[in-house]
Amino acid sequence: MKILVPVKRVIDYNVKVRVKADGTGVDLANVKMSMNPFDEIAVEEAMRLKEAGKATEVVAVSCGVTACQETLRTAMAIGADRSILVETDVELQPLAVAKLLAAVAKKETPQLIILGKQAIDDDANQTGQMLAALLGWSQATFASKVVIGEGKATVTREVDGGLETIEISLPAIVTTDLRLNEPRYATLPNIMKAKKKPMEVVKPADLGVDVAPRLATVTVTEPPKRSAGIKVADIAQLVDKLKNEAKVIA
Amino acid sequence: MSLLVIAEHDNAVLKTATLNAVTAAAKIGGEIHILVAGAGCGAVAEQASKVAGVAKVRVADAAHYGDQTAENLAALIVAVVANPASGYSHIIAAATSNGKNTLPRVAALLDVAQVSEIISVVDADTFVRPIYAGNALATVKSADATKVITVRTTGFDAAANSGGSAAIEALAAGPDLGQSKLIGRELTKSARPELGAAKIIVSGGRGLGSGENYHKLLEPLADKLGAAMGASRAAVDAGFVPNDYQVGQTGKIVAPQLYFAIGISGAIQHLAGMKDSKVIVAINKDPDAPIFQVADYGLVADLFVAVPELTAAL
Ligand SMILES: Cc1cc2nc3c(=O)[nH]c(=O)nc-3n(C[C@H](O)[C@H](O)[C@H](O)COP(=O)(O)OP(=O)(O)OC[C@H]3O[C@@H](n4cnc5c(N)ncnc54)[C@H](O)[C@@H]3O)c2cc1C
Ligand SMILES: Cc1cc2nc3c(=O)[nH]c(=O)nc-3n(C[C@H](O)[C@H](O)[C@H](O)COP(=O)(O)OP(=O)(O)OC[C@H]3O[C@@H](n4cnc5c(N)ncnc54)[C@H](O)[C@@H]3O)c2cc1C
Repeated sequence: MKILVPVKRVIDYNVKVRVKADGTGVDLANVKMSMNPFDEIAVEEAMRLKEAGKATEVVAVSCGVTACQETLRTAMAIGADRSILVETDVELQPLAVAKLLAAVAKKETPQLIILGKQAIDDDANQTGQMLAALLGWSQATFASKVVIGEGKATVTREVDGGLETIEISLPAIVTTDLRLNEPRYATLPNIMKAKKKPMEVVKPADLGVDVAPRLATVTVTEPPKRSAGIKVADIAQLVDKLKNEAKVIA
Repeated sequence: MSLLVIAEHDNAVLKTATLNAVTAAAKIGGEIHILVAGAGCGAVAEQASKVAGVAKVRVADAAHYGDQTAENLAALIVAVVANPASGYSHIIAAATSNGKNTLPRVAALLDVAQVSEIISVVDADTFVRPIYAGNALATVKSADATKVITVRTTGFDAAANSGGSAAIEALAAGPDLGQSKLIGRELTKSARPELGAAKIIVSGGRGLGSGENYHKLLEPLADKLGAAMGASRAAVDAGFVPNDYQVGQTGKIVAPQLYFAIGISGAIQHLAGMKDSKVIVAINKDPDAPIFQVADYGLVADLFVAVPELTAAL
């Protein structure tokens, strides 16, 4: 079984983002970029399935600018066998990414595609579900446990009230939640090895996909700032403030 | 123009998140319909028909909608909307785990973008949504004929759940696609209010040290306040509490009247889920913890001493 793992290059989760003064977006110049943390979990899960003999090949895919090559190298350093960059400078929205991934999937015919549940930049939480729809496949989003069986997968999902376990037919889409696994660190020898692993570069036009954005960004602004309040000296003062100043408890 | 709001329910009770979505629909403007898809969900349809401002409730009642699997649900919604006579301009759901699971599938099948987790409505095409863990707000305009939208419930008040008298109309069920089947659910049982609907939330983090301490210290406090209980990711990852307690960018987004952050450092991912709370109280032994930058009232103290004292003082 082949597994496809889409990985996205995003601002590192430790970076404090700043909104540009002209309101066109956030300042991404010279900030540290990394693989979306949920995608690290996706690559790790694919590797574990390969190590358990459930998968034979793991292919990483990224859609975006040339620099996404770094993200793909990271995926291959974790263990992906090869990778595909769908290269474009166009601002990609989830529907476009899903269409590109669907086109790649039709060529590669994986049995499983593991994506992150959301990218931590745009927080859209859409791509996996859209891809499942375009391929007509089943989906198991927000996964915290994946067990592969014969022609099916049993997936435990993190839902609002707790956990839910579903059985889905393969081929299928899985999106990762935080508790699925703890991704390994890429070792130096594996980082070196990753440099020699194959990377194919294609353009959206090669895949016959129109990636024009559907949503226009009107402005990007700072959220209202919350100012720090006060430090209270003790519990008595805290209770007094909550009762008499904030009036949030009786 | 009419709008279709997808009901969030468990076949017996209409969830409040639906009421927030109805308010968002009312802000956009037009005739509001609610779609109830479920199994034996007649009671939910009744409740939906009483929601203020709703003109029609459409019910698809069949066994294969009972578990809200995305494949069957999305196919049904698309069939309803694709009928040109229906004239729906907007499809709206609350950004619950069901809404997030199903709506992007609907959007892709309709070949339109989805606008995720809106917090306000500018006009019928234009919406505000947080990005980068709420560190920026994007105003986006959709050029698609049908707008598919999920609504962050904290951004919209709940519509009244009484006073309405919408007509209830049965819809023919679509086929069972058979791609997905529910095996089981482990839902957290609690007599406490839901995190999303609570007025007061008591949240604990890694500073509590163990699940035992979490329960021993925070439950009595939550009991006294009638509060819901939440947690940081670190507390969930460490197994103190189940996943559905997690508040944050990638957990639940909450905005109660009063939020207690106890033994929580205040990472941006946590703040993203609670910084719109009306009043924030932080108890942390580290005076430089970032949580104090957003707290209205901060107490620098050992939580093992301060929390029992607070519980006793209430
Ligand atoms: C105001 C604004 C301005 C923006 N400007 C730009 C811009 O100038 N240039 C730009 O490139 N983007 C820009 N973006 C971001 C772009 O719109 C998002 O990347 C896109 O909407 C995808 O959303 P998401 O990543 O949150 O999707 P999600 O659905 O949250 O992603 C889920 C998963 O899908 C997969 N995935 C998503 N995207 C990719 C990808 N590209 N390649 C491989 N796998 C992927 C990953 O597995 C990921 O974990 C902007 C966004 C906003 C809101
Ligand atoms: C992709 C991604 C998504 C994430 N999503 C979320 C999310 O949705 N929600 C979330 O919460 N986090 C999320 N995180 C994790 C986040 O970055 C932090 O790691 C996490 O919030 C830290 O939890 P904490 O504050 O409990 O632990 P810590 O940061 O370890 O803080 C513990 C605090 O307890 C205090 N403390 C210790 N002992 C005592 C004592 N005796 N008395 C008083 N105070 C004490 C310490 O001073 C410290 O400030 C995410 C991270 C990533 C990478």
